[in-house]
Amino acid sequence: MNFSEAANTGYFFGLVPLLVFLPLTGMLINMIFGGKMSEKAVGTVASVASGLAFVVAVLLAYSLSATHGHMQTVHFAEWIHIGDLKLDWTFRVDTLSSVMMLVVSGVGTLIHIYAIGYMHEDVRFKDDIKRFRRFFVFLNLFIAMMMILVSGDSYLMLFVGWEGVGLCSFLLIGFWYDFDTLGQKSTANAEAGKKAFIANRVGDFGFLLAIFTTFWHFGSLQFDKVFEAASAHPDPVVISAITLFMLIGVTGKSAQVPLYVWLPDAMAGPTPVSALIHAATMVTAGVYLVVRSAPLYSLVHGASYIVAMIGAVTALFAATIAVGQYDIKKVLAYSTISQLGFMVAAVGMGAYVAGIFHLATHAFFKALLFLSAGSIILGMERGHHAHAHHDEDHGDGHAHVEHHEEEVFDPGDMRNMGNLRKRMPVTFWLYMAGTLALAGLPPFAGFWSKDEILLDAKLHAEHFPGVYLLLSIAAFMTAFYMGRQIWMVFFGKERTEVAEHAQESPPVMTVPLMILAVLAVFGGALNLPFEGFHNLGHWLEYTIGHVEGLPLDLGVAGISTVLALLAIFFSWLLYGKNPLKAGQADPLKKPLGFLFTGMENKWFVDEGYKAVIIDPFVKLAKFLSINLDWNFWHDWFHESVIYAGFKGLARFLSEPIDMGIINAIADKLAEMTKRSSEGLSRLQNGFVRSYALSVLLGVVAILGYLLFK
Amino acid sequence: MEGVSVNYYIGLSAILFIIGALGVLVRRNALVIFMSVELMLNAANLAFVAFSSVNNSLDGQIFVFFIMTVAAAEVAVGLALIVAIFRSKKSIDVDQINLLKG
Repeated sequence: MNFSEAANTGYFFGLVPLLVFLPLTGMLINMIFGGKMSEKAVGTVASVASGLAFVVAVLLAYSLSATHGHMQTVHFAEWIHIGDLKLDWTFRVDTLSSVMMLVVSGVGTLIHIYAIGYMHEDVRFKDDIKRFRRFFVFLNLFIAMMMILVSGDSYLMLFVGWEGVGLCSFLLIGFWYDFDTLGQKSTANAEAGKKAFIANRVGDFGFLLAIFTTFWHFGSLQFDKVFEAASAHPDPVVISAITLFMLIGVTGKSAQVPLYVWLPDAMAGPTPVSALIHAATMVTAGVYLVVRSAPLYSLVHGASYIVAMIGAVTALFAATIAVGQYDIKKVLAYSTISQLGFMVAAVGMGAYVAGIFHLATHAFFKALLFLSAGSIILGMERGHHAHAHHDEDHGDGHAHVEHHEEEVFDPGDMRNMGNLRKRMPVTFWLYMAGTLALAGLPPFAGFWSKDEILLDAKLHAEHFPGVYLLLSIAAFMTAFYMGRQIWMVFFGKERTEVAEHAQESPPVMTVPLMILAVLAVFGGALNLPFEGFHNLGHWLEYTIGHVEGLPLDLGVAGISTVLALLAIFFSWLLYGKNPLKAGQADPLKKPLGFLFTGMENKWFVDEGYKAVIIDPFVKLAKFLSINLDWNFWHDWFHESVIYAGFKGLARFLSEPIDMGIINAIADKLAEMTKRSSEGLSRLQNGFVRSYALSVLLGVVAILGYLLFK
Repeated sequence: MEGVSVNYYIGLSAILFIIGALGVLVRRNALVIFMSVELMLNAANLAFVAFSSVNNSLDGQIFVFFIMTVAAAEVAVGLALIVAIFRSKKSIDVDQINLLKG
C-alpha cells in the first residue's frame, strides 16, 4: 500500500490516538529517565514527541483532503457505561479539529525547540538547573491535553482536555513558584498561578453547567447528536441557557471580560509558556468551543450578539490597557486579550472562518512576538550579568556580591531598554515582522485575518450594531501600542547600562523564530480574499457548512490600513521623534491625564475585584471562621452540646447502669457462691462415721421412697 | 431346709446387717468398723443364699462367691491401709483421721 492509497482509504485516521500518546510518551521518558539525561537529550525527546504529533496531524489533514473532508470518528476506549449512559473516548477528525491540531502541534514544536535554548539560560539565571527537565515534562503534558481538547468527539472529552490544559497552565505559570517576575524570592508567581486557576474555575463552572444542561435536555454529549436534536426541536430558552453558560467558560479560558484578569498575571510563567499556552493555543480553546458549537449559537441570535459584544468590548478594553503598560510581556498579554476579543467577536457574529483564520495567524505572530520578547528579556538578562561582571573587574569580589544582591533589575521593563536593534539585530527584525502582522499592515498575515473580521462586522452591522466601531478603534490602538513598544525597545538611546550590554540569542532560539516569522509574514495565504484563494474557508466548509468567501472590500481594508499607519505615525510622534529618556514620564501622561493613569493601572479592575469580591469574601470567611466555626461550632456546640452531653451520658451509663446494675449482679453472684460454699463446707467434717451415717440415711430415704411411693 | 421358713433367714440377715451398720456408725476403732463391714457383707450373703434356695436358682450362690472374693480383696487392701495409718499416726481411731475436713 503506497502513501496516497493509504491516504485515500483513510488508513491514517487510525493514527489519531498518537496525537495524544506521542507527547505523553515524551513526557514519561523525560519523567522516568530525564534525571540521567543531558539537557539536550531532554529537550530533544520533548521536541521530537511534539514534532511527531505534528507529522501525525499533517497526515490526518492530508487524509482528510484525500477523502474530500469527510468527518471521521475513531472510537478509542469505553469510558463510562452506566445503564443508558454511554460515555466513550472517541476521537473526531474533521477539518476544524484538523486546523487546531496543526496549529497546536506545529507552533508547539517550534516553541519546544526554542525552549531548549531559553530554559538552558533561564535555569542558570535562577540557579536551579534541575528544573529544566520539569519544564519539558509539563510542556509535553500540555500538548497531550490540548490534543484531547481539540480531538474529542463529545463535550465531555473536550472538557477533559479543557481542564487538563488548565492544570498545565497553572503548573507552568507557577513554574518558578518560589520567585517573582524579577527573580527575587517570593510567592508572587505561585499566586499568579493560583489566580489563573481560580479565575478559570469560575469559567469552568459555567461550562459544566452548559454540559449538564445539554445532557439533561438532549440526553447526549456527543456533538452530532446534540446538534441534530437541537436543530430538530429548537427550544430557544434551553439553547440560550446552554450557549450563555458556555460563554462563561469561554470568558474564563479565552480571557474575555470579565474573567480576563488572570492572563496578564500569567506572564509570571517562563516566556515559552506565555507564547504557547497564553497566546497561541490554550487561550484559543474558547474560540474553538464556540466554533465547535456553531450549530447551537446559530439558533439563538441574542446569545450570539452577547458573545460578539463581549469579544468587541474585550478587544477595545484590553487594547487601552496595553497602551499604558511598561512591561514588554504585559503589553503582549493585553494585546493577546484584545486579539482574542477579535476572535470571539468574529465567531459570535457567525464569522467562523474569519475567527479560526485569525486564531491561526495570531498563533503565528503572537508566538513570534512572545518568543522574541523572551529573547529580548534574556538578552537584557545576559547584559545584566555581563554588566555585573564588568563591575567585578574593577572592584573586589566581595563588594560585587553585595552589590549584586541589593540590585533589583527588571529585564522586562521597556523603560530599561532602548536602541536594542543595535545589540540584537536578528531579534529586532523578527520582532518587526510580528509587530507589522499584529498591527494589521498589508501584506502581513494579521492584515488579512483582521480585515476579514472587520469586513464581517461591517456586513453584519445591522444584526450586530456597534461591533465594527469597537473593533476598528481596537485595531487602531493595537497599531499604536505596538508602535510605542517598537520605538521604546529598539530605537532611541539606551536608557540603562544593562541595555548597552545586551546580547543576541543563540540560533536554537532564533531559528524557530525565523520559521514563525515566515508564517507571520505569509500566513495570510491561508485565506486570501480573492476568488479561488479562500482555502481555509473551503476547508472548514466540510465542518461548519457553506461559507461565502468574501471578496476584498477596499473600503474596509483601506480604512483599517490608514488607521494602522496613522497609529504608528502617532506613536512615532510621541516615542520615536523624541525618544524617552531614562526616568522620564510617559509622554502620553500629560495629554491624557487621568485616562492614562487608568490605562497604566489596568483601570483598577484588579483593585475593583478585590474591593467588590475578594475583600467581602475574605471578610465573610473570617466572620464564618471566627463566629460560626470557632465561637458557635467549636466553643458552644462542641463544648456545651457534644462534650457536655457526652460526658453526662457517660456518667449516667457508668454510675447507675454499669456500677449499680451490671457490676452489682456480678458481685452478688460471687457473694452467694461464697456463702453457699461456706455452708456446704461444714458438711465435710472429716469424720468418716458421719459420712457413713449420711450414706445410710440416704439409702433409707431412697428405700423408703421406693417402698411407700 | 424343711420346716424353717425363709422369713427367719431374712430376719437374721436383717438383724446382722443392722448390727453391722450400727457397728460402723458407733465404733471408732478402724478394725472393729472393718469387722462390722464384713458382717454387713455376710448379711447380704445370707440373704442371697436364702433366696437362692427358695427360688431353686444358682444365681444367688454365684453372687455369694463373687462377694466373698471381693471381701477377701477388700480385707487385704483395708488391712494394709490400717497398718499404714497406724504406722504414721500410732492410732487407728477413725475420728483422728480427719485431715480432709472442709
